[in-house]
Amino acid sequence: MLTLECPYCGVMADETELAPGYEAHLKRFGAGSSDADFESYMFARKNPKGVHFERWRHAYGCGKWFLAARCTATLEVFGTYPAQSAEPPAELQAKIKAKRPGWEGYK
Amino acid sequence: MKRYSVFAIAREALRYHMGWERAWASPQPKKSYDAIIIGAGGHGLATAYYLGKNFGITNVAVIEKGWLGGGNTGRNTTIIRSNYLQDPSAAIYEKSRSLYETLSQDLNYNIMFSPRGVIMLAQTHHEVRGYQRTAHANALQGVKTEFISAQRVKELCPIMNIDGPRYPVLGGLWQARGGTARHDAVAWGYARACSAMGMDIIQQCEVKGVRSEGGKVVGVETTKGYIGTKKLGIVVAGHSGQLAEMAGFRLPIEAVALQALVSEPIKPCMDVVVMANTVHGYMSQSDKGEMVIGGGTDGFNNYTQRGSFHHIEETLRALVETFPMISRLKMLRQWGGIVDMTGDRSPLISKTPLGNCFINCGWGTGGFKAIPGSGWAMAELMAKGEPGPLAEAFSMDRFIEGRFIDESVAAGVAH
Repeated sequence: MLTLECPYCGVMADETELAPGYEAHLKRFGAGSSDADFESYMFARKNPKGVHFERWRHAYGCGKWFLAARCTATLEVFGTYPAQSAEPPAELQAKIKAKRPGWEGYK
Repeated sequence: MKRYSVFAIAREALRYHMGWERAWASPQPKKSYDAIIIGAGGHGLATAYYLGKNFGITNVAVIEKGWLGGGNTGRNTTIIRSNYLQDPSAAIYEKSRSLYETLSQDLNYNIMFSPRGVIMLAQTHHEVRGYQRTAHANALQGVKTEFISAQRVKELCPIMNIDGPRYPVLGGLWQARGGTARHDAVAWGYARACSAMGMDIIQQCEVKGVRSEGGKVVGVETTKGYIGTKKLGIVVAGHSGQLAEMAGFRLPIEAVALQALVSEPIKPCMDVVVMANTVHGYMSQSDKGEMVIGGGTDGFNNYTQRGSFHHIEETLRALVETFPMISRLKMLRQWGGIVDMTGDRSPLISKTPLGNCFINCGWGTGGFKAIPGSGWAMAELMAKGEPGPLAEAFSMDRFIEGRFIDESVAAGVAH
């Protein structure tokens, strides 16, 4: 079972305690933006086979949203970090790069 | 290709069955083709078949990374139905279901289509209203379904407990002409027919890159070298995102794992397919006697072809409640497949930013039932360069234009 550490309450939460929220760091577009921008925000997804940054909610715990870095090809979890992050923390990116030398990096 | 018939069986019986030929050839790739289809699953092979049959295009290669029919075509629960709410969905799934009815004769290959009937249980008042609405919509679409009472559900499937403590059965949406088919045979039958038309089915050949010039595809780089083509069809389900990335565009798709499992074989005890969407499990009995069981998808991006254990538990809990007699059955095998989910849970049969490259994907959790219709529509799109009436609503522009075919709302769950 997938286990993620909640960065707020420190609990190692099982998948059954968590609600999934799919891709993180989406650039939001609101009223007045172009159709293409709105589509990119609403529907177009990176969906990589490999390193993926995603949103999770500690639904049956503290209730807060947080972000996680995970490998979709092996289910390895690289780490979790608070939802108030504009991009993945530098040390987490370095850790992923060390484990996945071929990774293109966060973009 | 030698036809399969009762005379062929009699002839072979007299010579120790030594005269059967291989069902399809395994050629090396040629330098170039009129059309290449990536993915030799049901949808890819059906596309190739109808390209040849309906449009006379037979200089075609179907390229497969693994083995023929080894992806989701070999990993589903084989249910065939067309009781969809939205008009474009009902049209393509009904086309598909009607093609399934005569597919064995058409392909000269027994796909064991069994129109045993499909019940979708209504277990909340919301679902009762929803399925009554679907039955009315189906009547307008020319798809024969009816809303039936709980007593009729019990008559059709006596092993079901309709008075469950949590969600008693209140009725059901019944499609008598839905059913199941032998999933591998569908892929094998199409492969044999394609091979007989002179098409090349190239297995264990992974596409590593898509080469394009001036906004048009000129060929694909593969593990068996470069192959040129005039047209490219991407029909790879779970890995559509990777192929789209090679071709230089992005899709409104996320890949997640869906699981299924079968029990040990038991004597015949149910002769219909039952789907329970509120408690979320569905079950039918295979010809071998195994109970074939499916449930929900995992909620996160996943390419591993295995799913979370707790989903199995949830599915079985729901089914034990619905069918108490299975509570002591042992489960024999469990497996997962990678399904490609779009935002509105409807597929893409679409042109792409590359002029002569077309994509067919996004069938999500319900692709098997769509194989013949999907291939039919995709072949028309590839042959003419423009979608026909079945495919035009499924263009990927709909996510820009907000023209959704919203089956996720219609079904309440992944379907």
